Amino acid sequence: MQLPVSYTARVARSLGGPEWLVERRLGALDRFVASPAPLVDEDLWRYSRISELDLEQYVANETPACDVARVPAEVDAWPEAVALLGHLGERSGLAVVVDGVPVACELSPAAGAAGVVLASILGDSRGSEVLDRVTKLNSATGKEEHAPDAFDHLADALLRDALVLSVPARVHVDHPIVIVHVLGSSGAAGAAQAVSARTVIDVGEASEASVIELFVSGDGALVAVPIVDIDVGDAAVLSYNAIQQLGAGAWQLAHQRIRAGRDSTVRTFTASLGGEYARFRTESVLAGQGGSAELLAAYLGDATQMHDFRTLQEHAAPRTKSNLVFKGAVGGTARSVYSGLIRMRHGAKGADAFQTNRNLVLSDGAHADSVPNLDIEENDVRCSHASAVGQIDREQRFYLESRGVPPAVAERLILLGFFEDLWVRVATPGVRDHLAVAIAARLDRVTGGG
Amino acid sequence: MNASILKISGLHARVDSQEILRGIDLEVRSGEIHAVMGPNGSGKSTLAHVLMGRPGYEVTSGSVTLDGVELLSLAPFARAQAGLFLTFQYPIEVPGVPLAAALTESLIAAGRIEEAEPGPLAARLAEEAAELGISPEILARPMNVDLSGGEAKRNETLQLAIIRPRIAILDELDSGLDVDALGQVSRRIERATREGDPPLGVIAITHYRRLLAELPAQRVHVLSEGRIAASGGPELAAELERTGYVAYREEAAGAAGAALDDPDPSERGLGETFPGGL
Repeated sequence: MQLPVSYTARVARSLGGPEWLVERRLGALDRFVASPAPLVDEDLWRYSRISELDLEQYVANETPACDVARVPAEVDAWPEAVALLGHLGERSGLAVVVDGVPVACELSPAAGAAGVVLASILGDSRGSEVLDRVTKLNSATGKEEHAPDAFDHLADALLRDALVLSVPARVHVDHPIVIVHVLGSSGAAGAAQAVSARTVIDVGEASEASVIELFVSGDGALVAVPIVDIDVGDAAVLSYNAIQQLGAGAWQLAHQRIRAGRDSTVRTFTASLGGEYARFRTESVLAGQGGSAELLAAYLGDATQMHDFRTLQEHAAPRTKSNLVFKGAVGGTARSVYSGLIRMRHGAKGADAFQTNRNLVLSDGAHADSVPNLDIEENDVRCSHASAVGQIDREQRFYLESRGVPPAVAERLILLGFFEDLWVRVATPGVRDHLAVAIAARLDRVTGGG
Repeated sequence: MNASILKISGLHARVDSQEILRGIDLEVRSGEIHAVMGPNGSGKSTLAHVLMGRPGYEVTSGSVTLDGVELLSLAPFARAQAGLFLTFQYPIEVPGVPLAAALTESLIAAGRIEEAEPGPLAARLAEEAAELGISPEILARPMNVDLSGGEAKRNETLQLAIIRPRIAILDELDSGLDVDALGQVSRRIERATREGDPPLGVIAITHYRRLLAELPAQRVHVLSEGRIAASGGPELAAELERTGYVAYREEAAGAAGAALDDPDPSERGLGETFPGGL
């Protein structure tokens, strides 16, 4: 594939960090260059707008990490971050990550005393191993779905640092830990940047934690490649939320890799609101028996936006359960793609998997594609999927209108109602409140009401 | 406020190119209760839907004015804001939308900002819910989701009480109600026809005379084959109870040709309640 302009081995070296990181970038650079460009007739890219992406229009960010002293101002400058932190109330930790570089990490005294770590990976000599652990574990059980795509290599080629959150065994983290990613802000003004951001979340055996990653950027052109690797230990409980509120000029190619151990519970919620093109590739592997995953997402597109979701629910152990519910709406000439696979591996006896994708198309120019898939190697499983693309129900709108509610307001109420069953499942109350407000504000644009 | 008058003149309407209403004339003033009765397929529910502007119903000619304002050229919400209200025979479920949210928006659109405030609205809802026998748990549910027939009709009446329209069309308000619920919703509406400002005018579309025992109509109209075949006082309803609709149906059918089937599903399945008439 073509690289961001001016990105060469020299740049890969100059981005700094320990030797292992430089080596990692150089290796990734070679693999990226050797990767074929994604094609829309591949399953992983079907219906996407990937062919519109011209990486030569972007530059890698070579400036040093921003000044730590700027950080409080950095967060206060982003209304989305201020709103989220306000809705959350108490928290057990906060990290601010600028273009993939953790610039501030703080933990509550209780979390610190319990041995929770929230830090840059640069001090860890086994950093590369830490970064690869989930990929390696998943590859051991998985198939080609786990193969890295070109953008995984690009993310590594651009990698300057990573944030690690590690919760030791048998620790209950009382409040959410918040990670604010500010993307495309530290480079030369006016230049379209290519940046990666990497997070590793490791929840030890029988521990419990709630994590929120917020992604924000200015409105300028940006390619962001955020990757999160999540390892949920045996009997651990993790609630993970990704809130994408990037600026209007951003292209995002995100990858979420999750591995859940025996009797563990992982609940993820992804909200995709911003960006020009926002992709989430989500792989969840239930690797230990009795593990369960609930995967939720809400997305809302207007103008020329595209939201693009590729999901894998892999059941690799007996009596594992997964339930995926992705719901979205598109107006203007926006588009959305949902493509999901449930894979029941041989031996996943008694496993249960559900997959639901529902889309509302709000205008004639908008479009949603929904492609559910099953791949079942085991007889003794239950699996089902439901997928729907429809418009606002005119009878519902008529009913609300008959009460004197103006049409645009009625549509807004129906749309908010459409997401309501997600809100009641979102495990972190502050996230629910934040999203309800953010989506309502965005709906005013989509429906022209308010 | 001034008294209101709803004037329906020469109203023709069709559904899927089939003419259902064939010239309806009716006037309803503030404080009046008019019953519109008729057999299945006579066009009763179509009349209700056409007046409110439900999608799928096409008016081919005629006029409906409320205090001189032509309603037929208005969108449904504007008809509602002009003072028209419809209690649905089968209220539509709107998942995820709480009753209070819809009423708030309705009141805001009407400029009734103080009433739309959460505190005052909740107090009014609680007061009306108590009178109508609606449990607080039902108020918290999404609009009409998983309500029994009786709960749904009480809920429709509750909305009427909060919105305070000038003219209300009750589409089979009595169907699915037990005696207690029928009494509660009827008493509430009857009170609105006396105490409203202006008092509520009512078009009560019904199959049964039992509604009229609770909600006494001054005028009774028999709808048949899309026309009003007869009008009279309360004695007309009593006569219908004895003789059924057969006389009107044949009279109108003789004039109009083949009998009609109202395509509206809301009118299906009630025929067995009038074995003498049908």
